[in-house]
Amino acid sequence: RNYQQDNIKYLSEWEQWKRTSSRSLKKVLNEVKELSSYLELWRHDIHSIEGKFGTGIQSYFSFLRFLVLLNFIIFILMFSFVTLPSIISKHGIFNSSLAKIPPKNIEPHCTVYKPSGNEGLVYFYTYLKDLLSGTGFLEVTSLFYGYYTIDAAWLSVLRYNLPLAYLLATFAYLALSLLWIIKRSVEGFKQNLVHDEDQFQSYCNKVFAGWDFCITDPNAARLKHRSLQYELQTDLEEERLKQKIADRTMKEKLRIYSLRIFINIIVIAVLSGCFYSIYRATVFSQENSNVSIRHDIRTDSIGAVQYLPSVVITLANFIAPQIFSFLITFEDYSPAFEIRLTLMRCVFVRLANIGVLLFSLWSQISYCATEECKACGYNYELYPCWESEVGQEMYKLMIFDFIIILAVTLFVDFPRKLLVTHCSCKPVQWCGLREFGISDNVLEIIYGQTICWIGTFFSPLLPAIATIKYFIIFYIKKISLIQTCKPAARPIRASSSNFFFLVVLLIGLVLAFIPLGISIAHIPSSKACGPFRSFNTSWAVVPHTILGFPTGLQQVLHGIASEAFAVPFFMVICLVMFYFIALAGAHKRVVEQLREQLVMVRFDPLFCTPKV
Amino acid sequence: AYKKFSELLPKEERENACSVRVPKSRILTLPELRANPFQHRICRVFSTSDDGDDSMSFEDFLDMLSVFSDSATSDVKSHYAFRIFDFDDDGTLDRKDLEKLVNCLTGQGEESQLSNVEMEQLIQNILEESDIDKDGTINLSEFQHVVSRSPDFARYRGLQR
Repeated sequence: RNYQQDNIKYLSEWEQWKRTSSRSLKKVLNEVKELSSYLELWRHDIHSIEGKFGTGIQSYFSFLRFLVLLNFIIFILMFSFVTLPSIISKHGIFNSSLAKIPPKNIEPHCTVYKPSGNEGLVYFYTYLKDLLSGTGFLEVTSLFYGYYTIDAAWLSVLRYNLPLAYLLATFAYLALSLLWIIKRSVEGFKQNLVHDEDQFQSYCNKVFAGWDFCITDPNAARLKHRSLQYELQTDLEEERLKQKIADRTMKEKLRIYSLRIFINIIVIAVLSGCFYSIYRATVFSQENSNVSIRHDIRTDSIGAVQYLPSVVITLANFIAPQIFSFLITFEDYSPAFEIRLTLMRCVFVRLANIGVLLFSLWSQISYCATEECKACGYNYELYPCWESEVGQEMYKLMIFDFIIILAVTLFVDFPRKLLVTHCSCKPVQWCGLREFGISDNVLEIIYGQTICWIGTFFSPLLPAIATIKYFIIFYIKKISLIQTCKPAARPIRASSSNFFFLVVLLIGLVLAFIPLGISIAHIPSSKACGPFRSFNTSWAVVPHTILGFPTGLQQVLHGIASEAFAVPFFMVICLVMFYFIALAGAHKRVVEQLREQLVMVRFDPLFCTPKV
Repeated sequence: AYKKFSELLPKEERENACSVRVPKSRILTLPELRANPFQHRICRVFSTSDDGDDSMSFEDFLDMLSVFSDSATSDVKSHYAFRIFDFDDDGTLDRKDLEKLVNCLTGQGEESQLSNVEMEQLIQNILEESDIDKDGTINLSEFQHVVSRSPDFARYRGLQR
């Protein structure tokens, strides 16, 4: 500091001012960064979890926080562009009004839709039933698609095209989710690549430089010991396995491959069993509730039947992973690959179950026997407002998922902990406390998020419910972790887990595109409710709007959408992709060469110097 | 640093802290050393006491802190790391030293030790990667060579102040 002060005397005033201002600017930036880190949600909680349970479990909670934020932003998006204008125009605030244009060229019977909003005297428990299944009084609120039966709205003097806004908001939230997930996974991907390449001196690196000298807490020290032990053991086992695989004879190889094919066939059989049972359950539940509607009976035993698809899905999601982890022991893969393959199969089961449910719903909705039905394009008798129906199914799935998570924590984890602490008989002690299964929990929340993505088109307020649900789940899981779980015997590395979670989330998002695409572009929108009454399909609002643009713009847009543009564009993208692949290949080769050079350097200088 | 050192002494001896030696048991209460599996070796290496009781004077304490600080060069750090890992003080890291090192890393207790087969395999791999003159031991220059190429070494040696 003295040296600096002496220096200052010799500098001109301009230099002095520059130096002091840059220093104060750096200070201000640092303080802003610190403040913004305080604003981060749950920063302290996640830090303490990391200290006690390791970085693998901490990555699960960071992932949960990311989903809360994502859902909140999606909710803000849908609310401000879709729900708020509808509410403003319906209630006439700010001198706004709305217009309901009855659709032309449509048979009148398609447009009949009378949702029962629970008028008159009703029992109290019907409110509870409605809350759990989205029917009754909930059906006419802004929660579901049927509320937005507005064809144009005037907010003060501006004309607000609600149908277009609804569709564009849907595309916007899908694009936003996609971009955000890709941005987060790119960071993890880079780390993964770098980490994988460092096989050079892995053992020496782990043994000589493995201990983190900054650890002061004995719990963290214990964790580090365990993770070091596990890493060393896994590496050694991988090496042994590689040796074993290389030593396999032809006969053994044949045996192993045929066994693997056989087990994959069993896996496919299990999957088909799940799908078929979900299909039957959905059809059964729909038929039962429709029978009661048709005969105008208000049955009181609806509860179980309404929830049957959700129950079957949850059972399938629970049983299938157990079967898969049992089967994979016969397939003789390396441990890391085993874990990945089981996870992939579980992911597929969970996401495909939602797909099958939607498919069976659609087959019910589009089933048309009579001429009148064909005129509408969908089953107008049973589903006058089919988007609301789909929205209700998604709502039921989400609520049921939440109830199951609550129930499992309350009725399985806590009693287990009480049993283990107070009862000292052998079988109970052998069961022990539950380990926090990261992959199971992650799959659970990804499943919930996929439901939210699909359901938001049919039920615009669903992201709000998802935000609240994940918010509560964070605290439930945290309490359950601290009170009832023992630290994992196999600590997992955080960087690879983060990337893996985001990849699976991306798969969920892509799988959510498919049902949404089919509903928007293929299935005729209901003529009795919703903003797309006057259009054939929901997508039809976009060409309709484009026709209203000035001719020049229309021609440009037509040009972009035509083949003359698409084919060259596709070819250019392929060329760019090939360029990047070639670049990556070249870099890899350079790295290999450098590595070989390093090995050479290892031996060269020491040959020349005398032995120490 | 002086404050930290004097806090380790009992109250009566604080005035002439510069000339007093602190016994090993008090040194081990430092937060940085408490959870460290190499605590005993660290005390042994930095202690200049003649009676072999591993007590440290203020100069020894300063030595230790300066080696672990961020401003020490990697040569100095690797030199001291070699001495810390050399459990039998014979100037080379042979199989027994490596075995003790790995056991320190994986933690105390029966279930956290590697099995004999695993230990053999691990030591074989380590010697393959770092023993250049193939004499079955790692001397100082081989150790410094292997550690200079290790990305984690520079990161992990810092002791917080």
